[in-house]
Amino acid sequence: MEKFKARVMNFWGYRNLYEELVMKDIKLKYRRSFLGYIWSILNPLMIMCIMVMVFSHMFRFDIVNYPVYLIIGQTIFNFMNEATNKSMWAILGNAPLMKKIYVPKYIFTLSTVTSSCVNLVFSLGAILIVFIVCGVNWNLWMLFIPVILVEVFVFCVGMGLFLSAATVFFRDIQYIYAAFLTAWMYATPIFYPIEQLPEKLQWVIKHFNPMYSYIQQFRTVVFQGICPDLRLIFYGVVIAIFMSVFGLWVFSKTQDKFILYI
Amino acid sequence: MAKTEVNDDIAVKVDHATVRFNMATERIDNLKEYFVRLIQGRLMFQEFLALKDVSFEVKKGESWGIIGTNGSGKSTLLKLISGILKPYKGSVIINGSIAPLIELGAGFDGELTARENIFLNGAVLGYKRDFMKEHFDEIVDFAEIRDFLDMPIKNYSSGMSARLGFAIATVVQPDILICDEVLAVGDYAFQQKCEKRMTDMRDKGTTLLYVSHNIDSVRYVCDHALWLNKGNVKDAGVVDKVADEYMKLER
Repeated sequence: MEKFKARVMNFWGYRNLYEELVMKDIKLKYRRSFLGYIWSILNPLMIMCIMVMVFSHMFRFDIVNYPVYLIIGQTIFNFMNEATNKSMWAILGNAPLMKKIYVPKYIFTLSTVTSSCVNLVFSLGAILIVFIVCGVNWNLWMLFIPVILVEVFVFCVGMGLFLSAATVFFRDIQYIYAAFLTAWMYATPIFYPIEQLPEKLQWVIKHFNPMYSYIQQFRTVVFQGICPDLRLIFYGVVIAIFMSVFGLWVFSKTQDKFILYI
Repeated sequence: MAKTEVNDDIAVKVDHATVRFNMATERIDNLKEYFVRLIQGRLMFQEFLALKDVSFEVKKGESWGIIGTNGSGKSTLLKLISGILKPYKGSVIINGSIAPLIELGAGFDGELTARENIFLNGAVLGYKRDFMKEHFDEIVDFAEIRDFLDMPIKNYSSGMSARLGFAIATVVQPDILICDEVLAVGDYAFQQKCEKRMTDMRDKGTTLLYVSHNIDSVRYVCDHALWLNKGNVKDAGVVDKVADEYMKLER
C-alpha cells in the first residue's frame, strides 16, 4: 500500500508531462492539414458512408438503422485498433529521450492511449451526426455511454502496456499483431449481426472477445434504450481490470531492462 | 531511485556499483532467434561490465569532473546517477533534485516549434507550466533564439538546439547538475556563457558533475575529479592532482 501511494504521488508529480505529451500528439496529428481537427469527425463519416454503401448493396444484412449500427462498432473498434497500434511504439519511439533522462516510462504508453481516446471523443461528434440524421430516439440510458468508454479505455491501457513492453524485446510482435488485429476485426460483429454466425462461433465470440461486450453494451443503450445485460457489463469490467493488471505487471517486471534493448 | 535518508551533506553516494550490459552484438530481438537459442541452450549473453565496483561520494556543493578515455564508463556513471540505468550490483543514493544535461534537447520533438518545445522539455524535467511561462523570456534570451521561436526544431542547427536545451535545463537552480560533454557543439561565446552559468550555480551551492575531454575546462569548473579507466576508478581527489596524473599517462 505504501508503495502504491508512492507510485501515485510520483505520477502526480509528472502529470504535467502527461498533459504535454497528450497535447503534443493532438497538435501534431493534424498539423499542416487544411481542415485540421474536422478530420476527426469527417474521416469516420466518410468510411462509414463507404461501408454502408458496400453492405447495403453488395452484401445485404437485415439490420434496422444500419448506419447507426455500423458507426458504433466501427468507432469503438477503431479506438482500440489505434490505441494499441500506437502504443506498440510508445516506448521504442521515445527511446532517445529515455536514454538521456529519467522519466517514468509508463507515462509514454498512457499518454498514447489517452491521445487516441481524445480522438475517440472527437469521433463521437460523427456518431452524433449519424444519430441525428438517422433519427435515433434519445433516451436516458445513453448517459451510460461514458461508462462504456471508460471500460474500453482501461482495457486499452492494459493492452498498450503489455504491447509496448513486449515490442521492446521482440520486434516481431508488430507483424504478428497486425494479423491478429485483422482476425479480431472479423471476429467482432462490426458490420454484420452476430446472429448470422453459427451457434458455436457466437458462443466463442461472446465469451472470448471483449470488444463484443463493449460494442454490444453501446448498441443496446442506443437501439433498445434499456440497461445492457448485467452479465455483459460485468464481463466487460472484469476483463478491463484483468487486462490492465496484467499489462501493469508485465510492464513493471520488464521496464528496468528496456534501456538495454532500445 | 533509492531515496534513503543519508548523511545530510552527501549529495551523491555511489556504493560498489556495477553496471552490466549484454553485448550489443548478441542482441536478440526477434522471437525466432529467441526460441532457436532457447532450444540450443545458448541464451546466455556475453556480458560486459561497463562499471566495475565503483564507489565514490560527492558532498553537497562540491563540483566533480569525470575524466577518462572514450569508453571508460563516464556516461554510464552519469546515467546511473540520473536514474536512467539501474545498478546490477551495489547502490546509488541521491540527495536532492537533479537536472541532467546528458544530451541537450533530448526531449525535443522535431515537428514542434521552439515555443512548444520549451513547455514540453520543461515538463520532461518536471517543471510546471506556469513556472515555464514565468521564465519563458529568460530562457529565450539566454538561448538567443527569439527570432526563430515559431520555427520547428527540426530546422534548427545543432548549436541552436543545444543552446535552447541548456537554457531550459538550467532555468532553475537544481541541487545537482549533471553535464555530459554538452558544450562541445556550441560556439566559443556560448561555451563561455555556459561555463559561467555553471560556475555561478556552483558558487550558489549546486553540486556539479561534469564530463569533458577538455581538461582545462574541467580544471576551471571543478574542484575535484574522478578518473575512470575501463570501468574502474583509477584515481579520485583534488582536480589538479588527478588531472596532472591523467595528462601524464595519456600522453
